[in-house]
Amino acid sequence: MEKVLMKGNEAFAEACIRAGCRFFSGYPITPQTEVLEYMSWRMEQVGGQFIQTESELAGINMVFGAAAAGARALTTSSGPGFSLKQEGISYLCGTDLPAVIADVMRIGSALGEIFQGQGDYWQLTRGGGHGDYRTVVLAPASVQENADLAYIAFDIAEKYRHPVIIASDAAIGQMVEPVELPPMREHDIDRYDWVIRGRKPGEEQRRMKNVFYRMGADKYPAFLLDKYRRMEENEQRWESLAVEDAELVLVAYGISSRVSKEAVKLARSRGIPLGLIRPISLWPFPQKAFDALGGQVKGFLCVEMSILGQMVDDVVLACGNRVPVGFYGEFSQVPEPEIIVERAAAMLNGKEVQA
Amino acid sequence: MKLSLPDSLLRDKSSGWCPGCGHGIITRMVAEAVEELGLEENFILCTDVACGALAAYVTKWNVIGAAHGRTIIAAAGAKRVRPDQIVLAAPGDGSAYSIGIESTIHCALRNENILALVVNNCVFGMTGGQMSPESLPGQKTTSSPFGRDPARNGAPFDVVKTLGSYDIAYLARGSVSSPANVIRTGKMIRKALQKQLDGQGFCLLEILSPCPTNWGFPDDRAGKALDYMRQQQEVFYPLGEFIDKEGSKDA
Repeated sequence: MEKVLMKGNEAFAEACIRAGCRFFSGYPITPQTEVLEYMSWRMEQVGGQFIQTESELAGINMVFGAAAAGARALTTSSGPGFSLKQEGISYLCGTDLPAVIADVMRIGSALGEIFQGQGDYWQLTRGGGHGDYRTVVLAPASVQENADLAYIAFDIAEKYRHPVIIASDAAIGQMVEPVELPPMREHDIDRYDWVIRGRKPGEEQRRMKNVFYRMGADKYPAFLLDKYRRMEENEQRWESLAVEDAELVLVAYGISSRVSKEAVKLARSRGIPLGLIRPISLWPFPQKAFDALGGQVKGFLCVEMSILGQMVDDVVLACGNRVPVGFYGEFSQVPEPEIIVERAAAMLNGKEVQA
Repeated sequence: MKLSLPDSLLRDKSSGWCPGCGHGIITRMVAEAVEELGLEENFILCTDVACGALAAYVTKWNVIGAAHGRTIIAAAGAKRVRPDQIVLAAPGDGSAYSIGIESTIHCALRNENILALVVNNCVFGMTGGQMSPESLPGQKTTSSPFGRDPARNGAPFDVVKTLGSYDIAYLARGSVSSPANVIRTGKMIRKALQKQLDGQGFCLLEILSPCPTNWGFPDDRAGKALDYMRQQQEVFYPLGEFIDKEGSKDA
């Protein structure tokens, strides 16, 4: 198929349409707004529903109703708006409903700023809302991957009856790159036996409420643990680069992984044995990528756009805390390959590297 | 006397509603309207939380249990996906007029083709009788123990004053305070469902309902809650049809 030039957000939106998404409800916020704008005319073309809602809360809760009715439903936001969506994401999880949500990350707490950032990692990977849940979180690092991950997100969501979050950022959402778009698919809203429509004679009543109401609080924990274990087993995604002989391994996702790839190239040209693990699934965290590493690895360096080093804990856990884990973070600037290499070399010389 | 109940109601389940509560009457009225219009196989109930949500367990309808205050917007989402189904959102007054007011207003502005059936009992019932947006001036609740004082607690919300000039299909207020009011309100439910069938758009029907437990009449053999409805609630919130845009074939 031929490639076209597209903005990350628009490639994401188009891939959702091609995955059979026929329902979008959301609210404008930079740097996510192109998804909303694209859907406003594209849904019309494919006979889907586009609703610019009164708030992000309305957007996610309208998705809740649409998902219960069987649609492939999408809402997107960024930072402050994504926080408002947490109520609905918790309800989707508690109710066993599939949906796709995108957080096109910007920097900072509160209003922050509209530049690219990766400060929502904890909120994304630890649940974000109330209760006992996590969601599958996929982090694209290119326009192509924004489309590819959008395309499979609905399948994953339905496989587990669970929301899937796409975590991109202002850079990935705004950049223009060539992209090969996937083929068009239609989704049948009656595909699953749990969807809500009028009850037909002889059918059991379907109540789309907290799963443990119908299952019983005694059976629910085993059911839920099984679901999460299956996700952990099947949904780890990552890319490893030059790790076979690497003595220090960078860990970076999204926009930070792009500069980390440059850093690996730069380091190798100087004879520094640097590699990279790029988590594509932030949850489940790609433990398998760390398990596959050889014994020559002397340490890890997390490269991310956050002040506090949000991914560091996960790397410490993934490597069993057997070797040092350093951190190089930037707040409003994309990390510099030259600085990454400098910090990596310092770590290999036995120095501690922290923010 | 022969007991006659719509098929959609379960006869062998206890509801959990307190004695004297209006929810049972309202649920039966909805079931009667659904049966009369032949909608049983195409009917989706969208519940809120707390007292109103108990309707899911005494009926056979398929149910979407939305978050508190998100009943109307979730129902609108379901209806957009399945325009051939009849969708009824059943929030209480706290849900529709307080925490969920933005979606009540904007669903009306978008003329979403659903029925919002708002049960107004002037309190937050399940949480133990706190002041709601509809609590009357002077009404004592567990969070307005000196009686609701508009200067201190804010004024009560009258949906007719807010939505009365909107371009929606139907806006009405009924009550279950007497057999005559029950009959009138039953007709309002049928009319609103018919309007949805006809694709007329957003219908909001508020039904005044007693909460003897939280109004201070827990053992209400004398019917004081019904007196309170007639003498206070229905005076402050007048009954009637305020918007009936295209009339109804059913009227």
